[in-house]
Amino acid sequence: MSEKRQRLVEIRWHGRGGQGSVIASELLAEAAMDEGEYFQAFPDYGPERMGAPVRAYTRISTSPIRQHHQIIDPDAVAVLDMTLLGVVDVTEGLKDDGALIVNTSKSPAEIRQILKLDKARVYTVDASRIAMDTLGRNIPNTPMIGAIIKATGVVSREGVVRTIQERLGARLSKGMVEANVRAVERALAETQQG
Amino acid sequence: METRVKGKLLAFRGDEAVAEAMRQINPDVVAAYPITPQTETVQAFSQFVANGEVDTEFIAVESEHAAMSACIGAAAAGGRAQTATSGPGLALMWEMLWVASGMRLPIVMPVVNRTLSAPINILCDHSDSMGARDAGWLQLYAESMQEAYDNTIQAVRIAEHPRVMLPIMSCLDGFILGHSFEPIEILPDEAVREFVGTYKPGYSLLDVDHPVTYGPIDFHGHFFEHKRQQVDGMESAPEVVLQVGREFGELTGRYYGLTEGYELEDADFVIVALGSVTGTIKTVVDDLRQQGQRVGLLRIRCFRPFPAQEIAQALGNKKAVAVLDRSLSFGAQAHQVYLEVVTALYTHGYAPKVVNYVYGIGGRDTLPHEVEQVYRELAEVDKTGVIQPVVRYLTVRE
Repeated sequence: MSEKRQRLVEIRWHGRGGQGSVIASELLAEAAMDEGEYFQAFPDYGPERMGAPVRAYTRISTSPIRQHHQIIDPDAVAVLDMTLLGVVDVTEGLKDDGALIVNTSKSPAEIRQILKLDKARVYTVDASRIAMDTLGRNIPNTPMIGAIIKATGVVSREGVVRTIQERLGARLSKGMVEANVRAVERALAETQQG
Repeated sequence: METRVKGKLLAFRGDEAVAEAMRQINPDVVAAYPITPQTETVQAFSQFVANGEVDTEFIAVESEHAAMSACIGAAAAGGRAQTATSGPGLALMWEMLWVASGMRLPIVMPVVNRTLSAPINILCDHSDSMGARDAGWLQLYAESMQEAYDNTIQAVRIAEHPRVMLPIMSCLDGFILGHSFEPIEILPDEAVREFVGTYKPGYSLLDVDHPVTYGPIDFHGHFFEHKRQQVDGMESAPEVVLQVGREFGELTGRYYGLTEGYELEDADFVIVALGSVTGTIKTVVDDLRQQGQRVGLLRIRCFRPFPAQEIAQALGNKKAVAVLDRSLSFGAQAHQVYLEVVTALYTHGYAPKVVNYVYGIGGRDTLPHEVEQVYRELAEVDKTGVIQPVVRYLTVRE
């Protein structure tokens, strides 16, 4: 018997080695477990170097996910590092009604202008600033998860908080886990759409 | 009688899910080479050892050749021995693979499929395990992470069956499954331990009351006879793979066979493949079926031994068949899986039109529209009756 697909949300992450794109792709995916949904996260491995452009992917679906190939027409694209704009084609394949979410101090209108983008929804958040304020280091991955929830509603805030507490709680101090949760909350509040 | 156990859905990376299965199996000995080209499977397992979560004697050896040698020693001594490897690691084990199977030692080895250099590449294809297909090991190929976990558990029972007594590779696609992060159902520890049972070796070097010799010199005398018996062990395996797959299904609800048909019965055009690509093919089959196209998939789960009769009967009357290979057999007429399938068809009296596609070499992605292209070309083969070129290369620059 065929399992027919109902809802499938596909997200592509662009970052640089060391920014936590792969971990973020997994944290967002696992948050879907709270809603009883299926998920898949995977990196696109090149040479593993600090600072090299990295891509990662997250799929979240109401049905079991059987496919194992890269995401070519994402519903959302998250850019963890603004300097990738112009280096990597971050909007490649992005659906016309999809969402582009960029870590930047610039406004959505400015990002549209830089990318000459007239489709999709554009969101900006200064995730690096938030990371510096809450974590004391420029690791913008967890605030970007907050921005993605704001932009797509693909998973719940509670699911993300639970996942961060469980996953990061296994490796980080209680204080750092709480700081990551605060980073998500701040991004939820500060993400702008345009 | 309800014997089914409820597992727990947990998020895992593929390599770590395999390590979780090994933890639950709790082998007597795991010997492994701890750095590149090793995978997270061994890293995660060594942490279980360090944390005292298993009783396993972990031997950190100096190479993959030594890893297999240590497993051979441990298994001949009567222990349950496992290791895990990948790509060039498997290549370095080559000599000892034949010793393990020749000594009839039921070693279980997850193989995280990667290509072989040069040029330097560590991504997925099946060059490693396909190259080892004649070494006397059984080979299972997983479509999903869940299956990679499930196969690792079943592999113990298959290998140790008295009529088989052969080593087994539990293969999963490197990176594509190995690094993918997904929910999988993990069985309760006690359910796994009960399923795999205790290993009672027929002959053990440490059983001094019943002394035996393993691996002595055997030239003109009986070498050929020993090898003939090894073939018998392999020929007994399909029945055991089916029996263990059925028992596993009764326990978990997930039944496994030698092959799996998907929308196969009334299909005119069929793709034959193994590994993770079959998950993608299933989604394409669903889409094309909705458009009214009679397409299907035959997934090969057990490649060694090769279930020839089952495959021949499933494909014999199809209009056109495409066999996908994720490895190259340089200089051969076509590639590994294709040659097996065509031989099976011929020897069972069938002659459908069959073409060969090489795909995914060195980690090249395979997208749904490329799978659709294969089905389109099969319709063309049927229409024109022309199968040339027999070997086709999916998404390669020429």
